Amino acid sequence: MQIIVCIKQVITRDWPVRADPDAAWIREQDASFEMNEPDAYALEAALRLKEQHGGQVTVCSVGPERVTQVIREALARGADRAIHVLRDDVSRMDAFTVATALADAAKDETVDLVLTGLQSDDHGFAQTGVLLAALLRLPHATIIMDVEVGEGSLRVKRELEGGWFQWVTMPTPALLTIQSGINQLRYATLKGIMAAKKKEIRTVAAEGGADGPAPRQRIASLYPPEREKQTRFVDGAPSEAAQTLVKLLRDEAHAL
Amino acid sequence: MLLVIAEQRDGVLNRASAEALTAAQQMGDEVKVALLGAGLNAAAAELAAADVAEVLVLDAPALEHYTADGFVRALTTLVAAEAPALVVLPHTYQTRDFAPALAVALDRALLTDCVRAVRRDGTLAFSRPMFQGKLMADVVPLGPAPHLVTFQSGAVSAEGLARGATPAPTRAVDVALDAAAIRQRPEAPFQEAKQAVDLSQADRIVAVGRGIKGEEHVELARRLAEALGAEVAASRPICDAGWLPMDRQVGSSGQTVAPTLYLALGISGAIQHVVGMKGAKTIVAVNKDADAPIFEIADYGIVGDLFDVVPAMIAALEA
Repeated sequence: MQIIVCIKQVITRDWPVRADPDAAWIREQDASFEMNEPDAYALEAALRLKEQHGGQVTVCSVGPERVTQVIREALARGADRAIHVLRDDVSRMDAFTVATALADAAKDETVDLVLTGLQSDDHGFAQTGVLLAALLRLPHATIIMDVEVGEGSLRVKRELEGGWFQWVTMPTPALLTIQSGINQLRYATLKGIMAAKKKEIRTVAAEGGADGPAPRQRIASLYPPEREKQTRFVDGAPSEAAQTLVKLLRDEAHAL
Repeated sequence: MLLVIAEQRDGVLNRASAEALTAAQQMGDEVKVALLGAGLNAAAAELAAADVAEVLVLDAPALEHYTADGFVRALTTLVAAEAPALVVLPHTYQTRDFAPALAVALDRALLTDCVRAVRRDGTLAFSRPMFQGKLMADVVPLGPAPHLVTFQSGAVSAEGLARGATPAPTRAVDVALDAAAIRQRPEAPFQEAKQAVDLSQADRIVAVGRGIKGEEHVELARRLAEALGAEVAASRPICDAGWLPMDRQVGSSGQTVAPTLYLALGISGAIQHVVGMKGAKTIVAVNKDADAPIFEIADYGIVGDLFDVVPAMIAALEA
């Protein structure tokens, strides 16, 4: 089974994001980056499918030089090879531009299955996987909890809302977006890290700027969210704050 | 004209559809609403009671069970024929499954997970959260109309839905759909083991998130819950890790709750969790990150380490 997993490098979850002075993007000069967590589950799902059914796992990531960090990590966890679509402006690219770059990189590959995470921790569009499926003309299903591999087909378990699920069958090649938490992530072993150094990374230049696809959106302004409620912050040492809070919950909120 | 795509299952409209319709009405243009499926009479009548110009009903056997291919094909034809200025959808799991493919088929922009429409220099923009809700962005869709926009669940209250003086006209739209061209073959939806715990009935809830760090610390939350007479709940990552059973999960993929008191411990406040608990009467958040989005909806907040604060709370309650 030839599997492509699309991985995005995002700003680490606990990074204090702040808007740039022009409010069009964030200050990311000193930011630290990591593998988008939902994509890590897609990678893990791919590695497990390969262990069961054989084949090859190729990771694909769009971005500047720094994304080789997550590519190396994916290779160290067990991916066989990688495609790095070199773009310097990835943080400002919208989902359509990213999906187009991924589709261009994938079109010359032999593929049975394309996996992505269900959304990214930065933009959070939840679009890229399905856009890519449509651009590659592949059948797709989203928010997948389980994958059964058949002869030229897949039977996958979709998560619906409110605790409902549904099995869906479709022909391969196909694209799935993987629900986070469907498996336990593995960590790279020292052996894996050493082996990753010898694995192939194919670098392709994506058409950018005026030659690339026109972006479908423009961020006019970035700002901290408005508070929906006037939060009353309780300060002081833990014991003091806890006592004050309990008193407020009893006497003011009447919640106790 | 704005075209809203409503969503139903077994002929029942969901709340997110009413919210998307309300959001469209508030943009001030003429609104039409479309509904896809089979056996839609009751749901169509319900939509016709709203203040809309027309209800478009795409009733076809091939649409009885949702498939991405079926919906994309039917809606591509519909949008081309109706030529709306904007297509408005709820940001549900179902929409997430087909809307990006619809945007590719139409070759148009799609903005997802928006919370409101705003005017910026005469241009229509949409506000949406980014970076797990730590920032908001006003985003302008580019390229020719119609742009596609999905609205986050709960972002617009359906209580604001305007009713029409008389029922709106309903029009059956022909659906020319070759069932053989639909590549997904869906089976009947099902629920996993019956929910053992009905958190929606709980009067007080203590919920834990990533900040609880390890399974061994869940006991601390249990002790606080006991002191409060509360149920224990969690955000998704905690249940995924198996630290609490799945039926303790609050959020879009778990239960929706509205207790008198909701105490969020080490929960950042990602929207997937917040949609399940923002209806709580009093929300208390304990988080060491003062910027955590949970504080935007909290009535009371303590910025601090839950491992210091929770034992102190237990002591204060038992005093």
